[in-house]
Amino acid sequence: MNIIADVLGSTIIFAVPLLLVALGGMFSERSGIVNIALEGIMIIGALVSCLFLKTANEAGRGASSPQLTVLLAILIAAASGMIFSLLLAFASIKLKADQTIGGTALNTLAPAFAIVLTWAVQGQGQTNIMLPTWVRISGISAESGFFARVFLKNSYLTTPVAALLLIVSIILLYKTRFGLRLRACGEHPHAADSVGVNVARMRYAGVMISGFLGGIGGLAFTLAAGSGFSSTVAGYGFLALAVMIFGNWKPLNILGASLFFALFKVVGNYASSLPFLPDFTGVKSSTYIYQMLPYIVTMIILIFTSKKSRAPKAEGIPYDKGQR
Amino acid sequence: MDDYVIEMLGITKVFPGIVANDGIDLRLRRGEVHALLGENGAGKSTLMSVLFGLYQPEAGIIKKNGKVVQIKNPNDATALNIGMVHQHFKLVDVFTVLDNIILGVEPVRNGFLYKKEARRKVLELSEKYGLRVDPDAKIEDISVGMQQRVEILKMLYRENEILIFDEPTAVLTPQEIKELMATMRSFTAEGKSILFITHKLAEIMEVADRCTVLRKGKHVGTVNVKETTKEELSRMMVGREVSFTVEKGRFRPGGVELDVRHLTVPSKLHKNNAVKDVSFQVRAGEIVCIAGIDGNGQTELTHALTGLDSQSQGTITLGGVDISKARIRERSRLGMSHIPEDRHKHGLVLSFTLMENLVLQRYWEPQFQNNGFINKNAVRAYSDKLIRQYDIRSGQGSDTIARSMSGGNQQKAIVAREIDKNPRLLVAIQPTRGLDVGAIEYIHKQLVAQRDAGRAVLLVSFELDEVMSLADRILVMYNGEIVGEFDPRKVTVEELGLYMAGAKRMDIRNIGKENKA
Repeated sequence: MNIIADVLGSTIIFAVPLLLVALGGMFSERSGIVNIALEGIMIIGALVSCLFLKTANEAGRGASSPQLTVLLAILIAAASGMIFSLLLAFASIKLKADQTIGGTALNTLAPAFAIVLTWAVQGQGQTNIMLPTWVRISGISAESGFFARVFLKNSYLTTPVAALLLIVSIILLYKTRFGLRLRACGEHPHAADSVGVNVARMRYAGVMISGFLGGIGGLAFTLAAGSGFSSTVAGYGFLALAVMIFGNWKPLNILGASLFFALFKVVGNYASSLPFLPDFTGVKSSTYIYQMLPYIVTMIILIFTSKKSRAPKAEGIPYDKGQR
Repeated sequence: MDDYVIEMLGITKVFPGIVANDGIDLRLRRGEVHALLGENGAGKSTLMSVLFGLYQPEAGIIKKNGKVVQIKNPNDATALNIGMVHQHFKLVDVFTVLDNIILGVEPVRNGFLYKKEARRKVLELSEKYGLRVDPDAKIEDISVGMQQRVEILKMLYRENEILIFDEPTAVLTPQEIKELMATMRSFTAEGKSILFITHKLAEIMEVADRCTVLRKGKHVGTVNVKETTKEELSRMMVGREVSFTVEKGRFRPGGVELDVRHLTVPSKLHKNNAVKDVSFQVRAGEIVCIAGIDGNGQTELTHALTGLDSQSQGTITLGGVDISKARIRERSRLGMSHIPEDRHKHGLVLSFTLMENLVLQRYWEPQFQNNGFINKNAVRAYSDKLIRQYDIRSGQGSDTIARSMSGGNQQKAIVAREIDKNPRLLVAIQPTRGLDVGAIEYIHKQLVAQRDAGRAVLLVSFELDEVMSLADRILVMYNGEIVGEFDPRKVTVEELGLYMAGAKRMDIRNIGKENKA
């Protein structure tokens, strides 16, 4: 029973960054900008917030009010992700650059920048920013019940924050004037323009929200991974894109999709301790078989769902007023 | 003293390389339907986009109720109660009717959308003007006619007083056009004013009070519709006399060129067949028109005939040779020419030059070959000849990129290429779609010339006027079947309409006997 609780608990922790980043991608694409730079945005968000946590720890702040410091780190991750995403917004909205190429450039830039900055701060060769232990919410005793073990054994502030942001996202997208206009810009920007909606402004907003959520997602990933930040988020940005597509650009579906993917990821990690799974003894490096699982499942799922999924119609196309 | 609600004075709008509007004056009276007439590229849409705030003019002023106003964007236009139904609807496919109507002027309560009140208002307006819509239906699920009603409701919801309609009838069926005209009348009866862009003269004569004519970006004149005629309007529009009646030589049909038997073509959209057991013949020296409303199997029928798709059953014989399974080049070599429905998709390679497009079907012939390479000089000489002969106008002659040419001249290029092959059979599908009066006249003359030269012509058209003036024999297609055959001299447009709508059909055994005698 404990192992199942642990698997579920880890699933939630790993689902959080996927959820946040995929929601971010959703806002960007719903406004009409393909945001392939999510990976880079995550890296920047994680980099800046981890440096902040490290500094706070060295200054002795963490021990006194740990979760307040984490909350600050979350805000810093969001802000830095947002600023980084402005590069994409500027290139694709103002300069009308190809969004895929712009995003790829940012993805290449981000890890290199992270390494340079990490070395600058920590010295040559010190590629890993260690996280202080107080970032984790602990308070579980050995005999706690099943649900306590699921939700509290390993828990970070990012989980309730993500839940809150999910609810805010749903309301923002479907229940407000802003959401209606944002969606219109991703589907038919000329229609939005003809009724007086400022398409460029809505698209800037969409991309910046994706930077905001992507930055937090980067921090959430680093927390979940547990071993500190080493200039990478292990392809989670791209996995989040798959989650977003699998979730059909809808917040609740994205929640389901991120839990689903996270489950496979965690099953991969825990495979050796799950008795009911075949262990492939005799196969060389058999541990990697289960670690490949989430990525293989991604491809299979996309094969079956990509036909039915419906992307925002105008995504990826720079808005040109004159074109009819 | 005239009561002008809108005055546009000396409007000049320049795009790179072209003066779209050159000092145009337009005065709209309160409560009138004012038509704006001109050929494609005359500057009608540009002028209306200036009024709606989509473009900023280089010169000129706009007055509303005598006062000068600035219209910098559609919001300004809306604030001045100016609304517009665009030629290509500005509707978000996946939104509901209601969401589309409120977009941009969303009612909000406590920061959240508040649609209840909006829904009530929309239903009320829809009731009042007889514009039936379902506020919760998605745009992608409703008909084009209903989408247009949504666009009109968008204007009414914003309480617009000045309504701009940009070619509103192009996408409608005859019945829907009638309803639209009645709706426009009911608006003007309430004191709203309408600007109506079109190049269809009959509609202007029917509904408009006054008409302003533009030609090549310039204001030609404004006339009272009651005091003018179609002929005068078209002269103003084109700048020369245009004949509406097509001069045809004596009808002397020859032998059967095209023989289609029991043709059945599966649909790509649904599981049923799009063309169901269709048989007909086309003889040399006659124009056979297939009439019908768009989407009743015409596209699939012509695709099967020309080889773009294959049929599941039936045979096609061209000049005595069975071409049921022949490749497209084979059909072309045997004497089939094709003026396709979609000239951008199947007619031209848009990024090629005019010269390359003109030899697309014959570059392999020895006269254009030079030891395995294309003989550019021969191609150029041939292309220059066609350009002269068929009066294809373009910026750089043979070297013009097809994409940069006007629609009319693109179509002329296709016609030149297809006719110059000396075909046995010319299959023309909607050859005048989207063209202006001058170009339509030209295309019609070419089709009739082919017939008079003893070639077989199969014309598919949705325009009944075109069908009636060109055809020697009319076949009506409905729901994938040929439901009637008529002699254009013995049938009325109304009668054809009943067959096109599926309200009447002939006994299938009688079809094909009408003109056999």
